[in-house]
Amino acid sequence: MSVDTKKISPATSETVAGYSKQARQLREAKMRKRSTLIATFSTIAVFLAIYFLVPLAPGWEKVKQSFFNWEIFQKTFPTLLNAFLWDIAIFAWSAPIIAVWGLIIALARDARSPALFPLRLFGTIYNDIFRGVPVILAIYLIGFGVPGLGLPRPWNSPYIWGTVALVLTYSAYVSEIYRSGIESIHESQRAAAKSLGLNHWDVMRFVILPQALRRVVPANMNMLIALQKDVALLSFIGPVELLRQAGVFKSLFANFTPYLGASVIFLAVPIPATRLADAMMARQDKQRR
Amino acid sequence: MTYKLQLLDVNKSFGSLEGCKGISFNVAKGELVCLIGSSGSGKSTLLRCINLLEEVDAGQILLDGEDITDPDLDPLPIRRRIGIVFQSFNLFPHMNAMENVMLAPRRVYKTPRAQLLTTTTALFERFGLADRMKNYPDQLSGGQQQRVAIIRALAMKPEIMLFDEVTSALDPELVGEVLDVLLQLKNEGMTLVLATHEMGFARKAADNICFLDQGVIVESGPPEQIFDNPEQSRTREFLSRVM
Ligand SMILES: Nc1ncnc2c1ncn2[C@@H]1O[C@H](COP(=O)(O)OP(=O)(O)O)[C@@H](O)[C@H]1O
Ligand SMILES: [Mg+2]
Repeated sequence: MSVDTKKISPATSETVAGYSKQARQLREAKMRKRSTLIATFSTIAVFLAIYFLVPLAPGWEKVKQSFFNWEIFQKTFPTLLNAFLWDIAIFAWSAPIIAVWGLIIALARDARSPALFPLRLFGTIYNDIFRGVPVILAIYLIGFGVPGLGLPRPWNSPYIWGTVALVLTYSAYVSEIYRSGIESIHESQRAAAKSLGLNHWDVMRFVILPQALRRVVPANMNMLIALQKDVALLSFIGPVELLRQAGVFKSLFANFTPYLGASVIFLAVPIPATRLADAMMARQDKQRR
Repeated sequence: MTYKLQLLDVNKSFGSLEGCKGISFNVAKGELVCLIGSSGSGKSTLLRCINLLEEVDAGQILLDGEDITDPDLDPLPIRRRIGIVFQSFNLFPHMNAMENVMLAPRRVYKTPRAQLLTTTTALFERFGLADRMKNYPDQLSGGQQQRVAIIRALAMKPEIMLFDEVTSALDPELVGEVLDVLLQLKNEGMTLVLATHEMGFARKAADNICFLDQGVIVESGPPEQIFDNPEQSRTREFLSRVM
């Protein structure tokens, strides 16, 4: 009897373990397949509903004419794409300046010694102002106001001053993001670094910032996406970028389809950008492990 | 004789809350002094004051006879002479063990990289962590992290080391390896001040014990006196609770 149980029990437990693992994997695969199937069907159903129901609306024929005109779409799209180069250019040179200027403001606000109080005050007032004023107002005030001073070319360009307005506004938001990152690093890290005899700036540069900046990558990614869209606001003061070009076409053809084209182009940027940022974060995480 | 470290009537309060009240004690060169007392008795506050992480309200702290609480002194060069290790290790999580150790000497002493590598490697070898230099803190056990933290403090060549409950966050089986390092340091002639709950270690290794309660030193003396013949009832009460 006792010999029997000894022989049987290990064998059984092994089989059970092997079986249950396999079974679980199988079941999980099945579940995954099923949820994919459900998701696919419900998506198709929703689209079909839209496709059949929307045309029943009384104004559909008109909307179709003025928003989904394939001919106009084809005719305007290449020029729109071209105009988008301006958005990219403005974005490409304002983003790094925002990153740096925002950091400087954040550091000014973090200044701890009493002698640096004016810096701190400056940072606080700056952020209050630029986060309080709507972006479009800042663009109007700076984009029209500064060139109005009668500066020589090219310093009277609305491209430059419009971008400056964007940079100043966005830096205020970004500096708050940096600051939240800096404050999220536990005080004990600062204490440990200080106790080694590092000065305030070295503590910041080597210990606090590398950790803080990493933490705020997702939040800053959101700011980048918002900035990429807000570049279009510059159309109100002159630069013929995507949105303004679409507006020109709209008047020309008396048709809204160019706006649809512009939307498609705007959409094409943030989606891959977000995926890229996610992938970058994931890779960084993996490298450390 | 001048002591390595001398506290004279040190007071530190946080608002209305008194962290330390009239603390005085001396530490001779090469001595190991243990601060014991229940949680909240002011041990950490005292160590942080010695390291100038906190500013004292009154009293003097003398290092080699020089008052380091003088507000006109630059705290940076003084902190370099006093190493401190914390209960929660406080390693920099974004740097590997070696970078953790090398950061401060590189920035503060501008030690050339090649030389720094040699001395750092030697330190890791001395404390049995030579194969862990490239690991990040989250890849190390608690005991290993704490030993890296000790190495990091030692890399600044301090004249005195402060340890704030350095084994309290460790699993029991890892406590020994860190206490061994403390003994090793003492045997090499380092001056040490420990806040600790390891009564067995304090009794065996300390030259002097200070028992703190509510921010004051209730009783101090050699371990035999404190542990075997405590004069104060508060000391007896505390010891009966923890031993
Ligand atoms: N930064 C601080 N702010 C306010 N109170 C503090 C601070 N640090 C310590 N204390 C208080 O000082 C007293 C002593 O604390 P502490 O030195 O940490 O004791 P111990 O290390 O012996 O546990 C406690 O009552 C604690 O709450
Ligand atoms: Mg403590």
